[in-house]
Amino acid sequence: MSAEKDGMKKMGQAGSMDSETAHDAELGAALRHFRLSVHAWSDAAYSRPRAAALPTRSAVWRKAVSLALGCVLVLGVASEGVYQHEQHMAQEREVKLARQIEMQRQAEAQKVAEEDALLAHVDSDVSREVPAALDPLASLVEGDGSK
Amino acid sequence: MAAGTILEPMTAARAETIAAADFSHVAASYRPQIYRFLLSSTRDVDLAETLTQECFLKAHRNWAGFRGESSALTWLMRIAINVQKDHWRNRRMQFWRQTRVNAVDADEASEWLPSHESSPEQQLLAREQVKHVWKAVERLSGRQRTVFMLRYVEEMEIAEIARATGLSDGTVKAHLSRAVGRVRTELGGKK
Repeated sequence: MSAEKDGMKKMGQAGSMDSETAHDAELGAALRHFRLSVHAWSDAAYSRPRAAALPTRSAVWRKAVSLALGCVLVLGVASEGVYQHEQHMAQEREVKLARQIEMQRQAEAQKVAEEDALLAHVDSDVSREVPAALDPLASLVEGDGSK
Repeated sequence: MAAGTILEPMTAARAETIAAADFSHVAASYRPQIYRFLLSSTRDVDLAETLTQECFLKAHRNWAGFRGESSALTWLMRIAINVQKDHWRNRRMQFWRQTRVNAVDADEASEWLPSHESSPEQQLLAREQVKHVWKAVERLSGRQRTVFMLRYVEEMEIAEIARATGLSDGTVKAHLSRAVGRVRTELGGKK
C-alpha cells in the first residue's frame, strides 16, 4: 500500500494537470486501479509457462501437399479453359466453312445463270440480225430474176 | 519491480555505470517493464512478447552506441515505442499477409485486479472503473495512448516521457491533458 501512496504522491506532483487529477477522487482511484490492474495482468502474463513449438516435418509435408494440390487445381482450371476455347474455335471453324461452301454454291449458281442469260441474249440478237443482213442479197436475187 | 529504483535521477557516474554494465543485466532488469508497456499498448500477450524480444534485439545491436545520456529505461522505452510503430506500419502495408490478432477487449482486460481489494463490492467497483479507463484508452490516438501509459502505468516523469517519445514537455502535457479528459468523460458517462 505504501507503493500506491508513493504513486499517488508522484501523480500529485506532476504539474497543474495532475493537481486537477488529484482533486477528482474518482478519477484518481480509477487511474490507480487501472495501473494496478495492468501490473497484475502483466505479471501474470510475464510469468506464465510458455510452450515452445518445434518446427515439425508434418508442417513441411502439409505445405508440399498444399502446393501440389494447388498446382493440380490451377492446371485443371487452365486445361478446362483451353478445352472450352478449342471447342468454341472448332464450332466457329465449322460455321465458317459451311458459310463459305454456301457462298461458293451461290456464286456458281449465279455464274451459270448469268452465262445462260448471256447465251440467250446472243441467240436472240443473232436470230434478229441475220435476216436484216441478207436483205441486200435478197433484193439482188429478186432483181436478176426480173431481168 | 520497484518503481523507485527506475526513476532515480540520472548522474554522470550512474550513466557511466550503466554504459559499462553488462547488457544482460540491463535486459533482465528492464524486460518486465518494457513487456508491461507493450502489453498495455497492444493488449495482446503474444504480440507484446514478440515486440519485447525485438526491442531487446535492437537494443543489443545498438548497445555500444548507448552513451548514457538518458537512463537505460528511457532509452529502451524509446526503442520499444519505435518497434511498436514499425509493427503497426508494416501491418498496414502488408494487410494481405496472414496476421493473427489476439488482442483482448476491454472487458477481458479489466478482469485483472490486484488481490488486496477487500470486499466483493470494492472489487466490482474497481473492475468497472478499470473497464471505463480501458474504453477511454481505446479511443485515444496512438501518441496519446503511449503518453498516457508511460505516465499512469509506468509512472514516468514528464521529462522522461518527453525524452522517450521525442516530444517536447509541453506536447506531452497536452497529450496527457486530452487523454485524462477522455478518461474523465468516460467515467462521468457511467453515472
